[in-house]
Amino acid sequence: MNELPQQLANGLILGAMYGLIAIGYTMVYGIVQLINFAHGEIFMVGGFGALSVYLALPAGTSLALALPIMLLGGIAVSVLVGIAAERFAYRPLRGAPRLAPLITAIGLSIGLQQAIWKWYPDGKQARVFPQFKGHSFEILGATIQRGDIFVLIAAPACMIALGFFVAKTRSGRAMQATAQDPDTAKLMGINTDRIIVLAFAIGAAFAGVAAVAYGLRTGEVQFRMGFIMGLKAFTAAVLGGIGNIYGAMLGGVVLGVAEALATAYIEEIPGMQQFGGGAWKDVWAFVLLILVLLLRPQGLLGERVADRA
Amino acid sequence: MTALLEVEDLRVAYGKIEAVKGISFSVEEGQAVTLIGTNGAGKTTTLRTLSGLLKPTSGKIVFDGRPLTGVPAHKIVSLGLAHSPEGRHIFPRLTIAENLQLGAFLRKDAAGIEADIRHVYDLFPILGERRKQASGTLSGGEQQMLAMGRALMSRPKLLMLDEPSMGLSPIMMQKIMATIRELRSQGTTILLVEQNAQAALSLADQAHVMEIGRIALSGSGPSLLHDESVRKAYLGED
Repeated sequence: MNELPQQLANGLILGAMYGLIAIGYTMVYGIVQLINFAHGEIFMVGGFGALSVYLALPAGTSLALALPIMLLGGIAVSVLVGIAAERFAYRPLRGAPRLAPLITAIGLSIGLQQAIWKWYPDGKQARVFPQFKGHSFEILGATIQRGDIFVLIAAPACMIALGFFVAKTRSGRAMQATAQDPDTAKLMGINTDRIIVLAFAIGAAFAGVAAVAYGLRTGEVQFRMGFIMGLKAFTAAVLGGIGNIYGAMLGGVVLGVAEALATAYIEEIPGMQQFGGGAWKDVWAFVLLILVLLLRPQGLLGERVADRA
Repeated sequence: MTALLEVEDLRVAYGKIEAVKGISFSVEEGQAVTLIGTNGAGKTTTLRTLSGLLKPTSGKIVFDGRPLTGVPAHKIVSLGLAHSPEGRHIFPRLTIAENLQLGAFLRKDAAGIEADIRHVYDLFPILGERRKQASGTLSGGEQQMLAMGRALMSRPKLLMLDEPSMGLSPIMMQKIMATIRELRSQGTTILLVEQNAQAALSLADQAHVMEIGRIALSGSGPSLLHDESVRKAYLGED
């Protein structure tokens, strides 16, 4: 019934979205050792940003034409919220016990959800996100919807751009230095406050891209969408090795594919019939996380923290 | 002539615990000045305050005619004050070449940076041989060379070295001390913090002995090297 190529394609598409969001968790953690649990909501508001741009365009604008502007709108909203969160919620707590920023993140997360719920027009319900019309593509035995082409191009493009930025540019080098040793980075003349803002901004921008991909795939955005996507992306970041940007994308794809395969095939294992299907997919995702934490706690691409004194 | 660095009645505290209790000293251009003393005397705290990583509770720091108090750490290096921190603190996952480039982070003269990197490789040939290697794989002594080289990359007016001999083999320590002597003879102004009093005093023009947050004794390097109380307390003689 379910063909393997189709399940792999589904997993890859989902995983690319997880990976894009996971970058935000991993970059911020890598620099300030903070899990920004409001990152799922930074993703969510990006979806509403993109939708708002679409609604502001003249009716009948083709989606292909609107998409680049929607993407910019989504990124802009996510980045603004991400930077504001850093500046007003997290920066004042730098140096505070670790529980304080964690609680703040959870509060921020609830606050952003409720703000959309209360103030976005019809925000209490799922809002329809524009869809590409026309037939789907057949690639290597899998059916790919038009809208999903977006994330399949955007995710690798974002990764290549980020990889280049981190390895080759002056700011990227400064970012690596800040992640490895913030005090010494200051001694080099690096404004580490600026680098922290930059990490939040890049992570938020990627979340904005993911939000557009999510809207195109599911056909809707809603105020709660950041919760489970954020949790999965956080899982992906840990799975790949938190702090490692390539690990985040790898973790996302592994998680997405594992989820798709579990949904399709678990029920075919004798005695496991009742654990198959979509209802159990989140369970399998977290089972995978637990297994990785038990067997390889540093994550797939993480390094054990052991620098010379 | 006014001194390059002037520290006046500097006090630094961690919470309620005062680590530096009102010290004053100065460094003239071209001099090598050393702060010696045991663990916890406040030497490292002093250097970290000079480079802006710690905020003083009171006192004055004037460097090259400008007050340094209140200037953020990342701006101080551009004024000409470089700090090679205690424990070396190289960036372990970056290569040696990348570490050196970070030392010149605020400089824009690509040709000058290249020339200075070559100069560091001349000073420490082992770094040149391993330039593409992740610096976390270097030995302790090699990491110390890298930390010093990286500090030199900003072309500082004053080079601050915190415990460069810490944890090194005797041979490596001699090598590092010989390099500091060489830098000094080339005209680099140096502020050296050391627990190894013998080595530090033998190359310093001016020396200050710190004891629990205060300067207990000051004098020229050679004179303190022959001072009886210093010999007893820091050079392990009866």
